[in-house]
Amino acid sequence: MPILNSKIPEGSIDKKWSNHKSKIRLVNPANKRLIDVIVVGSGLAGGAASASLAELGYNVKTFCFQDSPRRAHSIAAQGGINAAKNYQGDGDSVYRLFYDTIKGGDYRSREANVHRLAEVSANIIDQCVAQGVPFAREYGGLLDNRSFGGVLVSRTFYAKGQTGQQLLLGAYSAMSRQIGKGKIKMYSRHEMLDLVIVDGKARGIIARNLVTGEIQKHSAHAVVLGSGGYGNVFFLSTNAMGSNVTAAWKTHIKGAFFSNPCFTQIHPTCIPVSGDHQSKLTLMSESLRNDGRIWVPKNMEDVLAIREGKLKPTEISAENRDYYLERRYPSFGNLVPRDVASRAAKERCDAGYGVNKTGEAVYLDFASAIERYGKEKAQVLNIDNPSEEEILSLGRKVIETKYGNLFQMYYKIVDDDPYYTPMQIYPAVHYTMGGLWVDYNLMSTIPGCFVAGEANFSDHGANRLGASALMQGLADGYFVLPYTIGDYLADDIRTGPISTDLPEFEKTANEVSENISKLMNIKGSKPVDYFHKRLGKVMWNNVGMARNAEGLNAAIDEIKIIREEFYDDVRIPGDANELNPELEKALRVADLIDLGQLMAIDALNRSESCGGHFREESQTEEGEALRDDENFTYVSAWEYTGDPSKPNHHKEDLVYENIKLVQRSYK
Amino acid sequence: MKLTLKIWRQKGPEEKGKIVTYPIDNIDGDMSFLEMMDVLNVELVKKGESPVAFDHDCREGICGSCSMYIDGEAHGPDRGVTTCQLHMRKFKDGDTIYIEPWRAKAFPIIKDLVVDRSSFDRIMNAGGYISVNTSGNTIDANATPIPKEDADKAFEAATCIGCGACVASCKNASAMLFVSAKVSQLALLPQGQVEAKDRVLKMVEAMDEEGFGNCTNTGACEVECPKGISLENIARMNREYLKAMVKK
Repeated sequence: MPILNSKIPEGSIDKKWSNHKSKIRLVNPANKRLIDVIVVGSGLAGGAASASLAELGYNVKTFCFQDSPRRAHSIAAQGGINAAKNYQGDGDSVYRLFYDTIKGGDYRSREANVHRLAEVSANIIDQCVAQGVPFAREYGGLLDNRSFGGVLVSRTFYAKGQTGQQLLLGAYSAMSRQIGKGKIKMYSRHEMLDLVIVDGKARGIIARNLVTGEIQKHSAHAVVLGSGGYGNVFFLSTNAMGSNVTAAWKTHIKGAFFSNPCFTQIHPTCIPVSGDHQSKLTLMSESLRNDGRIWVPKNMEDVLAIREGKLKPTEISAENRDYYLERRYPSFGNLVPRDVASRAAKERCDAGYGVNKTGEAVYLDFASAIERYGKEKAQVLNIDNPSEEEILSLGRKVIETKYGNLFQMYYKIVDDDPYYTPMQIYPAVHYTMGGLWVDYNLMSTIPGCFVAGEANFSDHGANRLGASALMQGLADGYFVLPYTIGDYLADDIRTGPISTDLPEFEKTANEVSENISKLMNIKGSKPVDYFHKRLGKVMWNNVGMARNAEGLNAAIDEIKIIREEFYDDVRIPGDANELNPELEKALRVADLIDLGQLMAIDALNRSESCGGHFREESQTEEGEALRDDENFTYVSAWEYTGDPSKPNHHKEDLVYENIKLVQRSYK
Repeated sequence: MKLTLKIWRQKGPEEKGKIVTYPIDNIDGDMSFLEMMDVLNVELVKKGESPVAFDHDCREGICGSCSMYIDGEAHGPDRGVTTCQLHMRKFKDGDTIYIEPWRAKAFPIIKDLVVDRSSFDRIMNAGGYISVNTSGNTIDANATPIPKEDADKAFEAATCIGCGACVASCKNASAMLFVSAKVSQLALLPQGQVEAKDRVLKMVEAMDEEGFGNCTNTGACEVECPKGISLENIARMNREYLKAMVKK
């Protein structure tokens, strides 16, 4: 049985990264030209890694399934990116960002990785500004900050509600520069379908050209996965339609351990489901909780009147509203972490206080903020005795400059104007903290296969804090991986090009082709989405916001049945050698089914509650997540055995040398 | 709602395409346009017919993948939205809807409604960046204050999603709005000044090489742009271009 070695460097926590960097082996510039690296994914992690590796001199080949690297799903991130700059002088520091992230993750992440993340965070902002990322600024021309959930400082940098877009376009521009120089060869509309291993090392991938259907062999000295998360296992999520787990899952099958798959993030503020036709859910940024107050009516008769359309939320007086987050968590109020806010919404809705027809919605209300900003603005403009309408109109303008695009998005989807009536929101799947196991160098259990960003497991524990995903993606891609990969590649300077004529490439390519023919030849009666939706329902009901042993066992059995029926009755029209979106979906859903089963197995094993993983059997008297540190202060790492329902379980014990484990409290 | 869809079907880049009629029923006003297309495709798959291929991904108006020309307008009749954000409540029971791909020489059709927009990427590769390495060894982010007005304008230009609606809407299939948005973003920031002249010349040259048409100031691009990218950007790019030519 392989033993997990996290390779955490010696020394005190604040010296580990700098010591490691100064000791790490380097590859000289002439030799870098002799080394090829494949990067799968062009989001913040993959895009940043591609650009940085190419700048260093490696020959990079980057793959994305979208028609352009600029469309990777990092682009949809809205709210912001954290960095310990302390520009606001509000007591922020590297240590505080480190501490907040560990605590936010409910003490289930690796100290050394998180500290490194906090250390490099400040540099990310410098880097992005130098690239021309237009962050929000104050009138003096300096950068502005906002606050996010689970912290007591303002350390979040942002570009309105399009921070992810701006950061991704920054990484894309850095990539474009290297593509223009011929240092990155870009393969858009290509999807990785398997990893090729030669003599125990990752040496290439098999990819499908999505336009022609051609199965291609690509070799390299190392493979980097920046392929994102697996939230689409729930069918409905805030992920893009194409987001998938295939690259990570195929790598898992080839021997990479999969860690903490049950750690998924249910984001509290998304637009509620409107009907069966729904294909995806839309996030309303956490940044809105800076100014929005979350509530449901206090009285059941008001709830019923609202559902029947007899009462409007604006007609309910303040004393008849239950601002339940402010009530339950006075010190953090509406800015508690996501897992806490989501469960609190579920608790109110389960108790019958949901405010839409399905009973699964709460209000996010901007009226107080609009009034407060309006009054401030009137004072600034020296308007004496402004009328209420004047105040509100000024306030709405302030809100528009802060969140304009989010309000417009909401209006277009729901057909209701949030400047005048509260938004309706409900939790939805948003991010996955679990992923492929990596050591401190971001290398998986397969030598030469590195994993960055959401696709790995290491930094967010059981719950990710807002504005930390962008930070991690860019930290891994720009500042961590380009160093640590050199240590591995230093052994490859004399290897020479890896030939795709090796039998391992032929064999893996054949397996991929056979798998595709197998799927095409089922010629059943049901479209891929039928199975995906069924899987999603099982996952949401049994492996969603609250889990228990009975439900998890039922999910494992149900997924087995879905799997059998899928391979018996799926219908994929058209041919394999053409642009065939149904085939693409089928290949992705096949892997999501197996991953879904592993998530349920992992959730069943972890009979404690922590962060986003809430086991009903393990809660405090007040209904908060109750950890079991004695038995579960470890990372689960699952090994594929050939039977997806019987994985081997390995553990990496988490050692806390700098932060004391305490029950998380946001009261 | 009951609708009649008239959709451009084309098997491949070299094949001849044609409009095919599909009746569709039980469409709810709360569906997005692409969810309506999902319903159609499920029916086609069940019947054993080939589903309509179209580009889409984020379905929240930010990735820039979706690209349908609906009833003669890029992204359809609503304003300030992409096709994925267009909702069926904008249509009436009994409507006939024409759905076509972007049409431009520089965007060849791959299949049905899917076009090849890699020409946009090649323009960016020619100069749509600031030449700074990603080592992190730059100056502190607050060392160079930027007037808020400039930063805000740069941001507005930077919100372009690269969908190509501007090209599809332009009678000359010009890419001026797209290119000028990037040129403007970087020209408005002090970090972008160093290479400003070189950048605008290279990007305009790449744009011309790709076969995009010229700008004749009709302004259709600005009207149809889902992100409201302003024509001011084209004026700014023209100034930048002239400046660069004069000082070359």
